[in-house]
Amino acid sequence: MPEHAEETPIKETNNGSPKPTSPNSDLKLDFASFWEYSSAPESSDNVEILERYGHFIDGKFVDPEKGRYMKSINPATEEILTEFAEGTSEDVDKAVKAARKAYEKTWSKLSGKERGKYIFRLARMIQERSRELAITETLDGGKPIRESRDVDVPLAAAHFFYYAGWADKLTYAFPGRTPHPLGVCGQIIPWNFPLLMLAWKIAPALATGNTVVLKPAESTPVTALKFAEICRDAGLPNGVVNIVTGAGLTGSEIVNHPGVDKIAFTGSTAVGKIIQKSLAGTGKKCTLELGGKGPNIVFEDAPIDQTVEGIVNAIFFNQGHVCCAGSRLLVQEGIAERLIRKLKDRMETLIVGDPLDKNTDIGAINSRAQYDRINKYLEIGVNEGAEMYQSSGNIPEKGFFCRPTIFNNVSQSNTIVQEEIFGPVLTIQTFRTPQEAIEKANNTPYGLAGGVWTDKGSKIFKTGQQIRSGVIWSNTYNKFDPTSPFGGFKESGMGREGGLHGLYPYVNLSF
Amino acid sequence: MAERIEVLKTYKTYVGGKFPRSESDRTYSVNDSKGRHIANACRCTRKDIRDAALAARSAFGGWSERSAYNRGQILYRIAEMLEGRKSQFAGELELFGTKSKIAVDEVERSIDRLIYFAGWTDKISQVFGTVNPVASSHFNFSVPEPTGVVGIIAPDTSPLLSTVSLIAPVIAGGNTSILLAPEKNPLAAVSFGEVLHASDVPGGVVNILTGFRSEMADTLSSHMDVNAILNAVDNVELKKLVDENASISVKRVFHYPSKNWNEDRQENPYLVQQFMETKTTWHPVGD
Repeated sequence: MPEHAEETPIKETNNGSPKPTSPNSDLKLDFASFWEYSSAPESSDNVEILERYGHFIDGKFVDPEKGRYMKSINPATEEILTEFAEGTSEDVDKAVKAARKAYEKTWSKLSGKERGKYIFRLARMIQERSRELAITETLDGGKPIRESRDVDVPLAAAHFFYYAGWADKLTYAFPGRTPHPLGVCGQIIPWNFPLLMLAWKIAPALATGNTVVLKPAESTPVTALKFAEICRDAGLPNGVVNIVTGAGLTGSEIVNHPGVDKIAFTGSTAVGKIIQKSLAGTGKKCTLELGGKGPNIVFEDAPIDQTVEGIVNAIFFNQGHVCCAGSRLLVQEGIAERLIRKLKDRMETLIVGDPLDKNTDIGAINSRAQYDRINKYLEIGVNEGAEMYQSSGNIPEKGFFCRPTIFNNVSQSNTIVQEEIFGPVLTIQTFRTPQEAIEKANNTPYGLAGGVWTDKGSKIFKTGQQIRSGVIWSNTYNKFDPTSPFGGFKESGMGREGGLHGLYPYVNLSF
Repeated sequence: MAERIEVLKTYKTYVGGKFPRSESDRTYSVNDSKGRHIANACRCTRKDIRDAALAARSAFGGWSERSAYNRGQILYRIAEMLEGRKSQFAGELELFGTKSKIAVDEVERSIDRLIYFAGWTDKISQVFGTVNPVASSHFNFSVPEPTGVVGIIAPDTSPLLSTVSLIAPVIAGGNTSILLAPEKNPLAAVSFGEVLHASDVPGGVVNILTGFRSEMADTLSSHMDVNAILNAVDNVELKKLVDENASISVKRVFHYPSKNWNEDRQENPYLVQQFMETKTTWHPVGD
């Protein structure tokens, strides 16, 4: 049913000249009035998740020394999915020692070629178990099955495949230098892309000849434990990969363990700063991939429908639990009203619900803690005078769900514009000149990623150069690839993951 | 004829393209290796550091957006200017007690080092940038961009050569800088500011402060608008202080103590690269 049909198609202007658009570009397709989507849930019947998992240390699953366990729930149902070990200093010490032994006795003695072959095996076995891993990821973390199936798991496999190939070619990566492994790497990953972040951490570390102790997030440990099974099944030498589960305290045991040569952390800027501080004076290497408040800049000459899709992908992908999310929309005045209207229309079509359903666009918020945090920000936004709009569709009664949300009438100093919310919440500001857009874009302590939407190539390069962030998506957003370096400027972190640049954090270079 | 009385120089700081004294009006005595007074140097304060950080930040946009070719020519120009003032700098090093031959050698190496880094400005992104073959239909490339404002803590050894060796790679990449000059002998570093001033280096790109590290390093490393610290002083407490302060705003820190600034290995592009951030740009490929 066409709405807004009363408007003339050629209305918006670009630099004074009418910009031709399709006569139908303001029509809205309203399928929902005609059809209901049938539910299309992915079956989880054949996916085995144990009732209880121990740590994976020295090639074996072992019980925690102190015998304490934590629970992981399915955030879409609030039901307990499994129990996992809570790592203490004893467990971490055991894991670090196993990693050290493996580093000295086996891993550093292998040739790059043989190391690479093990890593290729890991890539292949992730592909072989991809369906199971995708379903597990969705059950444990609440992300839509379409995303875990089409993004998280295939990218994780691709990451191992990419870095496997580097293992015997490292001498070509660093002009004029010889790379050497660091030793034992402590790695701490977040809950938003559990298996993928594991791949980002473990693949380059192993390729460069290091061994690892990795801690997955306490709300999403299961795919890491399934990856441990893969390491075992692939015959990876004992102790090369160790998985210790637990929460922040377990993480700090890893950070502060004297036997760890390097820390790689992905998570919030607040925790990243604590880690950087606790490593002061130790000489340990450190890479941080921290928070963001990505500006998504839309110029008047942007292709509007593509841009709306891009905005949706930038902020609602993975429930907005994305450090590089385009959470601040900066839109040029002339196009703002129409763009926001189209965005609202599009938001109405987003399906919030069962993460296992293949039609679902927005799944469950990862945990109660995060759910509360997002709601707190919604409250702050409203209290500070911003104008909140949410889509009107149904959301499940049980589980943690949040409707896609936009805030209009915000200013640069609003809390919701400055702080990372990590949820499906977008703030919208307008601008007149490119210079104003850049100033607003750069006016946060973060610098992880940003988007630019325009038809004009020269403007893309100019704007992209001036945004102080590690990734620029022009006329696209939230794209990832193992060959593509990722990481932040300013308080969004240091070091890169992915691509050739992703090797640097895991080597010492000698003359 | 009566003996001519020498005109002594007042050593000041170099901030934002000007030569102010410390806002505190404090000075300290710079002595030669035998303990004799050579000159008074400014004893800068945290306020001076804040002024320098403001100047460095203001200069960053313009400097980082200059073409690499232009930055290379300016670095080359610094070398040219230094060549013309060789005897002045050798004299300043000798004042401190350095033997004449060694002093001349230090100045000549400093000149050559500038030329070395001048040549990197328009090559660094070719050696360290990449085009990335992503599996989707996008064009994707990564280039190094300058980190921002870099605080440099210079050592007391080879005061001119170390100063030049630390500043050159930082500004070659497009960063701006705040240098805490060698504490014991800051004279060559201050005079180097005059060379910079005469070399088309825009004001604020290099800021040179003198004084006590114990009074300045804390403010420099905790300043929220400084993006990175390059520390060349091998001191355990200083390193820890810098590391801890850096965490306040996720600064990049490189401790780079060197026993021998003469070494050839001081000339390498990784010194430029370490103060650059990789930026990756995506764009769809299609009709």
